[in-house]
Amino acid sequence: MRAAVIVFPGSNCDRDLAVAFEQAGADVTMVWHKDSTLPDGIDIVGIPGGFSYGDYLRCGAIAANSPICKSVADHAARGGYVMGICNGFQILTETGLLPGALLRNAGLKYICKTVGLKVETSASDYTNGYNAGDVIDIPIAHHDGNYFADAETIARLKGEDRIAFTYTDNPNGAQADIAGILSDNRRVLGMMPHPERAADAGHCGTDGVALFRALAGALTTA
Amino acid sequence: MKARVHVMLKNGVLDPQGEAVRHALGAMGFAGVQGVRQGKVIELDLAEGTTEADVTSMCEKLLANTVIESYTVEMS
Repeated sequence: MRAAVIVFPGSNCDRDLAVAFEQAGADVTMVWHKDSTLPDGIDIVGIPGGFSYGDYLRCGAIAANSPICKSVADHAARGGYVMGICNGFQILTETGLLPGALLRNAGLKYICKTVGLKVETSASDYTNGYNAGDVIDIPIAHHDGNYFADAETIARLKGEDRIAFTYTDNPNGAQADIAGILSDNRRVLGMMPHPERAADAGHCGTDGVALFRALAGALTTA
Repeated sequence: MKARVHVMLKNGVLDPQGEAVRHALGAMGFAGVQGVRQGKVIELDLAEGTTEADVTSMCEKLLANTVIESYTVEMS
C-alpha cells in the first residue's frame, strides 16, 4: 500500500496519520499543499486533521481550493482511495467529494474526548475489519463536527448504506448521529473522529487499528 | 469599485451562535427578541471591469458554501 498524506499550513495530525499508515505496512509520502501532483502509484490519499489555514472563512474552505486538491479530486475520480479525518472530512465536503457540510457543534463548545462509535456498515475497505453493529472507542477533537445535509441526502446515504459510523451518544448535534460517511463508490471516507489517535499501544485505545489493517489488506494484494 | 457580500446560514440550518446571542439578549432583559441569525459580511475592493457576475462566481466557488449558506451581493 502506498499512501500520501497531504500537509496544509495548520495540519496537526499529519504525522500521526502517517505513523498509523506505516504501522499497517504502508509506504508513506508526505505531500505539501502547494504541490500540484501526487507522487506516482499512490493507492490512498490521507487528508489529516488540524486547522488548515487557521479555519479562515469556513473550516476546510481554503484548503479545498489549494493546488493539491485538484489532484486529489482527479485521484478520486479515477477510483482512487481518499480518507479525510476531522479537518480532512471538512475539506472533503468543501471539495464536493462527499456530500453535506460540517457546522459548528450544537453546544458551541470545542469537544475533545473519546466517544463510542457504532460501525454502521462493514461493507467497505475501511470498515470490513469490524462487524456492523460493533461499538468502538475513538477520540474526537473538534469545534465544527455537526454533520448537516438536506433530508434527501440523508435518506440517500442511509438507502445506499453509506453511513460508515454513527455516534452512540451524539456529542455535536450531527444529523442522524452521523460521524463518518462513504462516497458512492465506497472508496472515499470522511469521518470526524480520529482513528489514528487510537492506533498504538501508547494511545488510550487501539480500536482504530482495524481500520488501517483493513485498508492495508485491500490495497496490498495487487 | 466595491462589492459587499452577505453570507447567511440558510433557513432551516440550525444557527447555534445566533441562538446563544438570543439567549444572552433575553437574559440581559431585552424581552422583544424572537430570533437571531448570525452571518458574515465580506467586503471586496475590485479592479475596474470586475463584474457582479465575477463576484457571484467567487461566492459560488469560495465565499459561501451553498450546501448550508445563502449569499447576496451588493455592488457600489
